Amino acid sequence: MPQDNPYRCVGRGMPRTDSVAKVTGTAQFTADIPAHRCLVGKILRSPHAHARILSIDTRKAETLPGVKAVVTGVDAPVKYGILPVSQDEYPLAVEKVRFIGDEVAAVAAVDEATALRALELIDVRYEVLPAILDPHEALVREDVKIHERAAEANIERRVHLVFGDLEQGFAAADYIREDRFFKDASSHAFLEPHSALAQYHDAKLTLWTSTQVPHYVHRSLSKVLGIPMEKIRVIKPALGGGFGGKGEPLPLEFAASLLAVKTGQPIRITHSREEVFLTHRGRHPMEMTLKTGVKKDGTITAVQFSSLLDGGAYGSYGVVTMIYSGQLLTAPYRIPAYAFDSARVFTNKPPCGAQRGHGGVQPRFAFEVHLDRIAADLGIDPLEIRRRNAIDPDTVTVNELRITSCAFKACLDRVAETVDWKNKRGKLPYGKGVGLAGGFYVSGAAYPIYANPMPHSQVQIRADRDGGVTVFSGASDIGQGSDTLLMMITAETLGLFETSVRVVSADTETTPVDLGSYSSRVTFMAGNACRQAALEIRDRLLAVCAIKLEQNQEDLILREGCLFAKGTPEPLMTFAEASVLAEASGVALCALGGYRPPELAGSYKMGGVGPSPAYSFGAQAAEVEVDTETGDIRVLKIHCAHDLGFALNPLTATGQGEGAVAMGFGETVLEHHGFRPGGRHNGPNFLDYKIPTCLDVPDVEVTLIESIDPAGPYGAKEIGEGSLHPSLPAIVNALYDAIGCWFHDLPLTPEQVLAALDRKEAR
Amino acid sequence: MKTIKFLLNGDAIEIGTRDEETLLEVLRNRLSMTGTKQGCDQGECGSCTVLLDGRPVLSCLTLAVRVENRQVTTIEGLAVGGILHPVQVAFQEAGAIQCGFCTPGMVLTAKALLERNPHPCREKIKEALAGNLCRCTGYKKIVEAVERAAKRMEETDAPG
Repeated sequence: MPQDNPYRCVGRGMPRTDSVAKVTGTAQFTADIPAHRCLVGKILRSPHAHARILSIDTRKAETLPGVKAVVTGVDAPVKYGILPVSQDEYPLAVEKVRFIGDEVAAVAAVDEATALRALELIDVRYEVLPAILDPHEALVREDVKIHERAAEANIERRVHLVFGDLEQGFAAADYIREDRFFKDASSHAFLEPHSALAQYHDAKLTLWTSTQVPHYVHRSLSKVLGIPMEKIRVIKPALGGGFGGKGEPLPLEFAASLLAVKTGQPIRITHSREEVFLTHRGRHPMEMTLKTGVKKDGTITAVQFSSLLDGGAYGSYGVVTMIYSGQLLTAPYRIPAYAFDSARVFTNKPPCGAQRGHGGVQPRFAFEVHLDRIAADLGIDPLEIRRRNAIDPDTVTVNELRITSCAFKACLDRVAETVDWKNKRGKLPYGKGVGLAGGFYVSGAAYPIYANPMPHSQVQIRADRDGGVTVFSGASDIGQGSDTLLMMITAETLGLFETSVRVVSADTETTPVDLGSYSSRVTFMAGNACRQAALEIRDRLLAVCAIKLEQNQEDLILREGCLFAKGTPEPLMTFAEASVLAEASGVALCALGGYRPPELAGSYKMGGVGPSPAYSFGAQAAEVEVDTETGDIRVLKIHCAHDLGFALNPLTATGQGEGAVAMGFGETVLEHHGFRPGGRHNGPNFLDYKIPTCLDVPDVEVTLIESIDPAGPYGAKEIGEGSLHPSLPAIVNALYDAIGCWFHDLPLTPEQVLAALDRKEAR
Repeated sequence: MKTIKFLLNGDAIEIGTRDEETLLEVLRNRLSMTGTKQGCDQGECGSCTVLLDGRPVLSCLTLAVRVENRQVTTIEGLAVGGILHPVQVAFQEAGAIQCGFCTPGMVLTAKALLERNPHPCREKIKEALAGNLCRCTGYKKIVEAVERAAKRMEETDAPG
């Protein structure tokens, strides 16, 4: 819970800087940007799950009046991919298609109807190949290769890591339990469909795109199009939700760019809702096993984990997802010996990638339910087994993750209190129950996606002549509120009013590099870079003023838009006047701050995935009710306590927690990104893929727990992703309390609940 | 093709439309009123909600010809003379906006609700907003914003 706040700006709930634009309709998302003579682009997609392309004839489409250009794989046969180890995508298919929806060709036309008509006129001849839809089949089918680069069958990558003495750990155990779990795919389902607007003028390409990662898009466009980076400008306009689904370069961005270069006219491609689902990059279906040894009192002695990731048709972020799945199980509980085996396979389905809570959500669900089962077997209270094993601050995990600030126990105690654990667990009438779970997550990956020694975030601040400052940052505000945080950090550090700080962000031409909005890195890294730049401006300003006023620099402070001598109520001059002094003295009030994490990699291969400069911790308690006649699950309330270091903006921080819990709730009981035999999507729309409405969501109570991280900006860490992890297992564990049934497969359906009740009765 | 006349945020509009053209297409593509969002084009997400004679409708499922001689209100028409509507202020203050893509539809739906029922209970608010999807907020702050707006409108309306 936020303690007494010593600050004037940070730590206070503040509406977003863009909220007036968003509430009046003037905020421009990519699809809203006007462009003179703009063409409409549409993408032709594969009707087959797996096929060889024999020929593509675009002549008829090209001669249709109103069609300005058609592009296919031959126009840019250059591979790319978000990870350097997984460069396996083309903007448009070359030789093969690998899922129903794979991009084959794109057209630019004067209007949508003409573009759609042109797609029908493109004649593609395919040789249909056998499709692999089952990840187990993908593990062994050598005769069908989705990608030639898979050395063994269709396995993209395996990982096997052992930490500590596993044998001894299990030998020291009084009790060992093994379980299997499965978590099916979910999709981001952001409200704004992907959109890209490209323009090519004077040998320069400008792309406005709904991306979380303008810098990576910039690099990839240059590689694929063969245009130098200085001749490409990527701008992220207002963005309508990402959650990982806009976190990597995507085919529509290349297709729009290719068509713009070819036609010389602006062109926009906006996905239909169906295309959003087919583009996917969502949560990997993951099959998991867990084996854990414990002492009689519940103390963990060893854990063994395995995961099989159904990756879909391309690499995307999958290798990281796979490594994370094992690496992120070693907290928030002490585990002295640990091993994991994981594999990611290709299948002929839309590619999976990163989704909010990336890599850790499925294993966290598995582990927390597994831990509750162990507690039940040993007759230990689930809260107690967690408290006994809970990790402390300033420790190192068995796989060498450096834990600094950590208020996990406080999170557990808080939700136990708010849910009234003592009086409710095991004591509610049949059909009602409470359950809890813990979790933790990275505040930014310690290593960039492509190896380089430069800062992960840079922020530039420039004083303006009106007494305000402008902050330039490459960070992408995707709805999480990063522009507002940068404004607040700057205002706090420079003693300015919020209205005196403007933020310009996510434009590769005008803002310094930030790696993007993924892995919960922005508050921590861009926040630190911003604070550093602001401190530099402050020091330059104070140094000049100290000389002019013949005072010690240490005795001067900036607050409320003015310069003060410490301990005096009357200002010496305004910030604007101080800026004039500095500029007139030839001191440039323009500074660049940067943040690069310390060296944190583990001393083993793949030890660079998992480390973070800081980790958030959290616990949640769910209250559920089951209709034992219909199998219907009602989640009444979820209590969420999250250690976010310091709440820079409690209003947006609680909003992140509430949204994450709602998403976790959705993928526990509603959302199923499934496929029919043959590989066709179950229903790429909001009727079949059900995200929670406001009638579905449980009441969510978020408590912000502050541990003041020593390296975070004002002590802040992440909240947006880690607060999703405990939601799934907290609900599942509450169901056991309600009806005495365990569930190992998500998402849950009423049918599963009824079947479990039947099995229980039969026993 | 048919020429239709309607009032858009109080302004008289006369425009030729194709029979199959939706109100959403006319607003966004022909009149550059891009505050109304296209989220699914299938009537599932509520992002394209506008008010037709004060009632919320999905503009992606409404044929343009149907608004002949009627009043259409979009998000651009809510603030009068630069003064935000109480629902807009409440959404801002309550932190009910994250990415903002659902916001125009949410705000208009909430406004229509409060005009027909100035003191809705929490359940009534949720029922009214059930057709507007939001993926960011978990709806808690949106519902709070509507409650806040109701209170604010009551205070403004109070005599004396």
